[in-house]
Amino acid sequence: MLEVRELTQRFGGITALENVSFTARKGEITGVIGPNGAGKTTLFNIITGIYIQTSGSVHLNGEDISRVPAEKLAARGLVRTFQNIELFGNMSVLENVMLGLHTRSSSGIFSCMTKMPWHLKEEKSIRQQAFEWLEFSGITDLAGQKAANLPFGKGRLLEIARAMAVNPSIMLMDEPAAGLNNSETHMLAALIRKIRDRGVTVVMVEHDMELVMDICDRILVLNLGRMLAEGSPREIQENPAVVAAYLGEG
Amino acid sequence: MDLSDQIAQYIVSGLSTGAIYALIGIGFAIIYNSTEIINFAQGELVMLGGMFALFFINFLHLPLPVAVLLAVASTTAVGVLFERLTIRPLKSATPLSLIIITIGGSILIRGIAMLVWGKDTHAIPSFSGTDPILIGTATILPQHLWIFALTVLAIAMNKLFFNYTITGKAMRACAVNKRAAGLVGIDVRKMVLFSFAISASLGSLAGIIVAPLTMTSYDVGIMLGLKGFCAAIIGGLSAGVGTVLGGLLLGVLESLGAGLISSGYKDAIAFIILLLILFIRPQGLFGKAETERV
Amino acid sequence: MRNVNVEIIKFLVLTLLVLVLPVVVHEGYLLNVLVFVGIHSILALALNLLLGYAGQISLGHAGFFGLGAYISGVLTATYSFNPWLAMLIAAAVVTFIAFAVGFPILKLKGHYLAMATLGLGIIIYIVFNEAVDLTGGPSGLSGIPNLRIGAFTFDTDIRNYYLIWTFALVAIGLSLNLVHSRIGRALRAIHDSEVAARVIGVNARLLKVQIFALSAALSAVAGSLYAHTMTFVAPASFGFNFSVELVTMVIIGGLASIYGSLLGAALLTVLPELLRAFQDYDIIVYGLLLILMTMFLPGGLAKGFPQAASYWRTKFRRGPSSDA
Repeated sequence: MLEVRELTQRFGGITALENVSFTARKGEITGVIGPNGAGKTTLFNIITGIYIQTSGSVHLNGEDISRVPAEKLAARGLVRTFQNIELFGNMSVLENVMLGLHTRSSSGIFSCMTKMPWHLKEEKSIRQQAFEWLEFSGITDLAGQKAANLPFGKGRLLEIARAMAVNPSIMLMDEPAAGLNNSETHMLAALIRKIRDRGVTVVMVEHDMELVMDICDRILVLNLGRMLAEGSPREIQENPAVVAAYLGEG
Repeated sequence: MDLSDQIAQYIVSGLSTGAIYALIGIGFAIIYNSTEIINFAQGELVMLGGMFALFFINFLHLPLPVAVLLAVASTTAVGVLFERLTIRPLKSATPLSLIIITIGGSILIRGIAMLVWGKDTHAIPSFSGTDPILIGTATILPQHLWIFALTVLAIAMNKLFFNYTITGKAMRACAVNKRAAGLVGIDVRKMVLFSFAISASLGSLAGIIVAPLTMTSYDVGIMLGLKGFCAAIIGGLSAGVGTVLGGLLLGVLESLGAGLISSGYKDAIAFIILLLILFIRPQGLFGKAETERV
Repeated sequence: MRNVNVEIIKFLVLTLLVLVLPVVVHEGYLLNVLVFVGIHSILALALNLLLGYAGQISLGHAGFFGLGAYISGVLTATYSFNPWLAMLIAAAVVTFIAFAVGFPILKLKGHYLAMATLGLGIIIYIVFNEAVDLTGGPSGLSGIPNLRIGAFTFDTDIRNYYLIWTFALVAIGLSLNLVHSRIGRALRAIHDSEVAARVIGVNARLLKVQIFALSAALSAVAGSLYAHTMTFVAPASFGFNFSVELVTMVIIGGLASIYGSLLGAALLTVLPELLRAFQDYDIIVYGLLLILMTMFLPGGLAKGFPQAASYWRTKFRRGPSSDA
């Protein structure tokens, strides 16, 4: 479970986030929506350790991770996908997912260079697990392809497979439906539900309202860096302030 | 000469070399600000200034002012040619490629210079004689005065150009935001060309005015270039006061270090300072701190 | 997808070639050239791990090479250390220095990193020249003993050939293993997208420093080998020009290609020998090569031709009408 307490972020004179607090519960899909500039990506960047917040704290399964550097979060079970998908373009699809297992393996430089037996065993296991995650995302047939050559929709699935290989307890997804067509979005929805059913807490920033209302258990609405509303999809849809923010000034 | 006199002497000569470093450093900053490229070949342009001047004075026996102007013009032409042939075609090169290319360019220029002018060191006559002038307890040569005067002039013209002419302002706009500059109708590629031209002229001027004091040869470019870069880094890669201060500071520290500690390690001083600045405060001592946005 | 067997076969072919070559090439001078190809191969390989795989530029690698050479040289010539022990000490010292300097230096990126490594290399070079009591200054250090195992001394061209190439083959084998492992993947990941690499838990900073140290250590070993083969070292061999030459070898051979490093090293060692008459032109050639390779054949020779070939193939297949 992910808990954000009174998070505030200022860049010089601009307040990107002010006093944002929410809890994303295990086994739930939490959506974060809001007009452009609401601070959604800033929120993600703080949680994933790319920015350091001006004040407030972030707690992962009870532990304060506010000062934990970005690369240590994967080992603690927190992983993120990007709006523009950040793939390792020059590597194969399979290798991308194998990298997801980086924190679940430990052979160091010396062991790798000298091909120690435990390293070889670990390699085999990594490869096998990577195939399993490719299957999870439904892209096993693309295993040998160069990641940069994938069409966008498949690249999105690859990024998810790689993220799942980390075996996270929390998955942050930054606009996963961006750039996907209707049928791809439906497949994405099914995949995200599958992820949730495995016990992963999903927090999703999205603009695709249909998707959000369809799969999210709880929704958080941000506007101009502040929390506007929080509740079930129905409550949010019926909230006049939310409607105004989107259609009025939004 | 007691210690304080010696120190005064070191400081004076340090300020003079520092002025040279400042000129070279501003050249680095100008190109960096408009292209985000560190032009490794800058040092070689400094060298070319001196070598061209040598050619025009000693070979063609042209009068000094004419030779100086021609040398600056010739080096500027080389700088522009370099930009045209190697930088312009590579619009979307990786930083690594750009570094490699400018390094390649610098050694190419150096190699050609070596072939044309040989490996010997050459002397250019001082601009107005070599009788030392006494200032307090320090002696300086007339050439030092020329260095100060021309540096101040060059920097003043530079400032005037960037602050009061349309082209100068356009170049500053490019430095701040290339895309926005392009959108308001500024020909970014031309501005890049200008930045190379201005850097080349400043650099070559530096090479010319220091040549009477330190001799010139085909490989002076490396050290001068690096020290100019160091000055620019201390100044936070600003094309103005910061780099000037950086250059002066570097020159003085180097001179004091060479005089008081050891002259053999003189060059090492500049690089140790470079490393320290890069490690501790890469945005420079006189630059603005940048917040990094992802 | 990588086929393990192909890799093993390639390596075995190389080993065979190395073993057998002296049968054909037995003239002392030529063998000497091949000894240098071996040393340069280790150096190019070391630099490629850093430059091609980890994506970090170093313009000062001649410095680590020189440190290995001088530390071995001084310990054995002046203090009569056992050469093998000296080699170990040199590698250890250089590794330590690389770690110490690596953390601050590798925080820098792009041009800053290039300049910092350049500065480091030059500082080391100046020390070699100035610490005359220790290093002999510009005239160099002589009297360095050959390596030996028991009574068997490596003092002829053919013996040095096998000595150097044994080290080279071991270095190549270890590097191939590394590159095809999770560490190799992590390195390539950092190169492709450092932000994504961090997100999945790759400690980019630490890994870069580790590779930097590994690269420095390998270069130092090459330096020790050089010192004992030549029995003489001088600062001139370890300056900025040689650092540039090493970068050129890596670029020409191909970034992130182990066999490419061999190719680049071989070319840049053999060609100058062939063109002895044109010695002064060599830096012009290096400059041109760097520029042209980077502009037109960025994959280097190892990957560039296949890359260029497939590019031209698709261009012709699509036909002129579809050219944008």
